[in-house]
Amino acid sequence: MAIKNLWRIISVGSRKKIGLQIAGIITAFLFIVCGVLRGEAAVILNKAVNICFECIGLG
Amino acid sequence: MSVSGWGDVMRIGYSVKRKILQVIAFGFSNVHLLNFKGGRIYQGKWKVFCNPGLNCYSCPAASFACPIGALQAVGGSRDFSFSFYVTGLLLAFGVVFGRAVCGFLCPFGLLQELLHKIPSPKWKLKKVFLSIKYIVLVVFVLLLPIAVTDYMGMGKPAFCQYICPAGTLEGGVFLLAAHEGLRKSIGALFTLKMAILLATILGCILIYRFFCRILCPLGAIYGLFNKISIYHLEVDEHKCNGCGKCSRACKMEVNPVKKPQSAECIRCGDCVDACPQGAVRLKICNGKR
Repeated sequence: MAIKNLWRIISVGSRKKIGLQIAGIITAFLFIVCGVLRGEAAVILNKAVNICFECIGLG
Repeated sequence: MSVSGWGDVMRIGYSVKRKILQVIAFGFSNVHLLNFKGGRIYQGKWKVFCNPGLNCYSCPAASFACPIGALQAVGGSRDFSFSFYVTGLLLAFGVVFGRAVCGFLCPFGLLQELLHKIPSPKWKLKKVFLSIKYIVLVVFVLLLPIAVTDYMGMGKPAFCQYICPAGTLEGGVFLLAAHEGLRKSIGALFTLKMAILLATILGCILIYRFFCRILCPLGAIYGLFNKISIYHLEVDEHKCNGCGKCSRACKMEVNPVKKPQSAECIRCGDCVDACPQGAVRLKICNGKR
């Protein structure tokens, strides 16, 4: 009930913004899970634990 | 001294609080300081996580992976052409903080601010240069690592290779100083990167956050989220008397009254400290209007 009342006093612009924020957080979570399941984390770890010759200007 | 006088002394301004957080974030991002001695880099599991700010993973002290480097590494790998993992992390940081990541959490941002404290003539930046970072993001971070591949189908991290001064400074200089073998491999590319690094240092001395505003692809990404970020700037139009102190205080050359959600605003809070009316505020919740 309290949440319903709070939602009512928030302007339409702010509601849209909150909607986008929630959608963004959910999408981010799904992307992270999807990336981990695809094995992207292993690619990143492999790159990050070795000296990146491109980064230091030798690659 | 009166009670109110002590209150003024004890009141810590927003900029001081931010500086403390920046130093903590810098330390947290670069925990492995002893690695500088041996010229090694940290090789533990924490590097599977991306730092929210720009911090080269080839820096001996780096605790986490660089998000821009990771984005290119996955995009340029044989198996993937797009990184859901890094995009998801950037999306999460962007929605929650927007460009406050640049203002609070970016180690290279802190370095740029310290460089700007070196006494010298200070220049303003023409607005036309602000869009260069979006071109850098699209061409060097998103397109080239996927489009230009070697015979094995692997793409090169073009931004790290040809532009990133953070990698040259944090990784290149220290690792080359420690390893004679690496010094023998120095060629034209390193000369180009050193030239970019020196130009960036000079630029940062003259112009506030020169790299952040002109070249940083991470700043470009987070800037896009400033309009919807949970941590945001609000101006109370009823309290504002239009004195203009906030826009004069802004080192990023943003007018907080006209554009509180500008993509260039790093939420540093200088405008909050400058406003005599208390009309400018940094907030987490969306208020009622």
